[in-house]
Amino acid sequence: MLPYLARRMISLALSLLVASLVIFLLVEMVPGDPATFMLGTGAQPETLAALRAQLGLDQPLPVRYASWLLQILSGDLGQSFTYKTPVTGMILDRMQVSLPLALMALALAVLIAFPIGLFAAARRGEAGDTAIMSVTQIGIALPNFWFAMLLVLLFAVRLRWLPAGGFGGWDAPGAALRSLLLPAVALALPQAAILARVLRSALIETMDQDYIRTARAKGLSRGKTLRRHALRNALIPVLTIMGMQFSFLLAGAIIIENVFYLPGLGRMIFQAINQRDLIVVQSAVLVLVAAVIAVTFLVDLAYAAVDPRLRTR
Amino acid sequence: MIALENLSVAIRGTPILRNVDLTLAPGQITGLVGESGSGKSMTALAIMGLLPRGAVAGGAVRLDGQNLLTTPESALCRIRGNRIGMIFQEPMTALNPLMTIGDQVAEVLRIHHRMSREAARARARDRLDRVGLPGPRFPLTLYPHELSGGQRQRVAIALAIAEAPDLLIADEPTTALDVTTQAQILDLLRDLVREAGMSLLLITHDLAVVAGIADQVAVMREGELVENGETEALFRNQQHPYTRALFAASRHVPARVTAQADDTPILSVRDAVREYVLARRTTFGPHEVLRAVDGVSFDIQDGESVGLVGESGCGKSTLTRAILGLDPLQGGEIRLDGEAVGPGGAMPAALRAKVQVVFQDPFGSFDPRWRVDRLLAEPFHLTGRPRNWRERVAEALSEVGIDPSAARRHIHEFSGGQRQRLAIARALIIRPRLIVLDEAVSALDVQVRAQVLDLLADLRRSHGMAYLFISHDLGVVRGVTDRVLVMDRGGIVEQGPTERVMGQPAHATTRRLMAAMPEIPADWSVV
Repeated sequence: MLPYLARRMISLALSLLVASLVIFLLVEMVPGDPATFMLGTGAQPETLAALRAQLGLDQPLPVRYASWLLQILSGDLGQSFTYKTPVTGMILDRMQVSLPLALMALALAVLIAFPIGLFAAARRGEAGDTAIMSVTQIGIALPNFWFAMLLVLLFAVRLRWLPAGGFGGWDAPGAALRSLLLPAVALALPQAAILARVLRSALIETMDQDYIRTARAKGLSRGKTLRRHALRNALIPVLTIMGMQFSFLLAGAIIIENVFYLPGLGRMIFQAINQRDLIVVQSAVLVLVAAVIAVTFLVDLAYAAVDPRLRTR
Repeated sequence: MIALENLSVAIRGTPILRNVDLTLAPGQITGLVGESGSGKSMTALAIMGLLPRGAVAGGAVRLDGQNLLTTPESALCRIRGNRIGMIFQEPMTALNPLMTIGDQVAEVLRIHHRMSREAARARARDRLDRVGLPGPRFPLTLYPHELSGGQRQRVAIALAIAEAPDLLIADEPTTALDVTTQAQILDLLRDLVREAGMSLLLITHDLAVVAGIADQVAVMREGELVENGETEALFRNQQHPYTRALFAASRHVPARVTAQADDTPILSVRDAVREYVLARRTTFGPHEVLRAVDGVSFDIQDGESVGLVGESGCGKSTLTRAILGLDPLQGGEIRLDGEAVGPGGAMPAALRAKVQVVFQDPFGSFDPRWRVDRLLAEPFHLTGRPRNWRERVAEALSEVGIDPSAARRHIHEFSGGQRQRLAIARALIIRPRLIVLDEAVSALDVQVRAQVLDLLADLRRSHGMAYLFISHDLGVVRGVTDRVLVMDRGGIVEQGPTERVMGQPAHATTRRLMAAMPEIPADWSVV
């Protein structure tokens, strides 16, 4: 287990380093530099040169990469061109919405997907299975913003149980959770449909394995065999999908954020792109890439927790 | 006591079993023999109440008078694993890879009794000790992947006998194992039956296995029991023509091909060393190295048939991969027709065309989406596809006894034996000088095996190519090879003319293999 963990950690650190280099170089390749952006195109060359020197842009590339890396490691992502505020603070603010939203959506997706995936697999080919598979097909096909609007109409406009949009911050945790609930449901349902289908097919494939027959020969019922022996063996593909879904939910919720007026990461990135706020885009991309790599690492750990054969590799 | 009365099974209207009557008495071993598809395994599944979906069973399976076919599922769950245990053919996949062996054995006990985890573990320990996996070397915390095939089959037996069942069903329990492991597992099963007075239903296609262990034999064909009786009497009398055909096929030896070997070696292996780098034990520790082939040297003459035998893990497969130029050597060299063999681009296509291979599994070794003509013509990429390739495909098909009109069919339309003929046709089509037969007849029924062995002998007579015949079935190797190599722990421990090596084995490994080889007593045969 420990060698596996150590090697995963080393690969995590290397991936992060490579990602930071790629992002740094991509921004370098974009025409114009931060000094030009800050002063506008009509600036005097002397002023531009002075600002470049002040920002350290006249240094050679490796030196600038190194100092940028050190700066990031100390938690400083620089200043937004548009808002003149630290980007770290901006991203942290947005994370307070996006991270809980993604976690809630994923948790909901798992809570919905596991029971129906198990149910459908246990009744493979029967009416219940067919019905569930049709519903999940619709769940994948429906655009989630449309579904989000239906949720708003029903729960906010008609029943008045939950707010239709906006986010008041975590000072009032109850209200914050209530504002995130509908968007989380809207995000979770298509993911739940995907997850349920993956789980069902993984379970069905597992149920054809020889060791399932052994379990039945021991005297376990079909249902218990499914839960005790098949489920854990079917988890590997499900974990892979969950990791990808979490990464998507973190930044990909932009449409839902717009429907519900949520100040999340997706909207911030969208605005920053419109405003050519390069430093915000760069930092947000770096944070998201780091998040995806970290999630991949966690998924790797989960694989090892599930499958003893991976621990010895 | 278990009695099958008039047992019939049909799947979607197609009869699979017809009026099977069989009594399995306590303390008795009953061998159930027949070809694949004859209904042996279906009989076992009917007894277990684990028939596939869509199967309808008629007649009765009586356990002490109770008809299991009409017993509700919840009650059957209390019988399975408790009064009837079962083990299966494939030990590599029969155990849950994510559970420790201790938990898997303990689970049986906890399904059928209220028992604390500790008490179940203690009983599981006892059962594993009983099947020859003693505590110090085989702690309960091991996972299946840490065990060999034979050891896994022992775990499967431990969980099948954990509750001391009345009946143990063993479906081809040793088919996937090498001869010495097979002998050990059969001994274990025999001892368990004698000790506990349980009855054993041993399903196998290997008549020699049955001859050595069973008290009663039942012969099955197309879902019916054609003959049934006390083992020695049945072997001596062989009332039914099918029984006679089965016995003849199992002892079939193809007509000797007079060795056309000349003195030019087609294959020459010199001091071959093949090493694998294993995973590190500690994070920054050194990689351990496993030497799977250790200084092997031998020649195969042009037109010669050479056998390669040994237990699982002795290095046969590793050596084979190196001979085929799939893996690099870490020492020594392999020459095919005088030129060096190596992996990838190091070996020119013209040289690769001189050796072809037929693998064990006739199901897994074809692309299911290709048609037969495309499958068979594939080796032409080594030599360039001739203008008349369709004729060559037709010719190859008729050489292996398949109608050339089959060229446009897909592989799933063929039986196992036909597929193995197609595999031979594919190897043959570019006229290689050497064909490597890697357990090529091991998965076939005795009658099909006899036909394929005849075919191989005929082809050698007509085309004069050399064979390297790799098998764990010593009987087959004895029948079809001129010379044999015995391998153990990566090295060749004995080699020489087949009759001499097998008749007067000199090395301990060869003697062990010969002693473990199941045989039908010579004086049992009918005239």
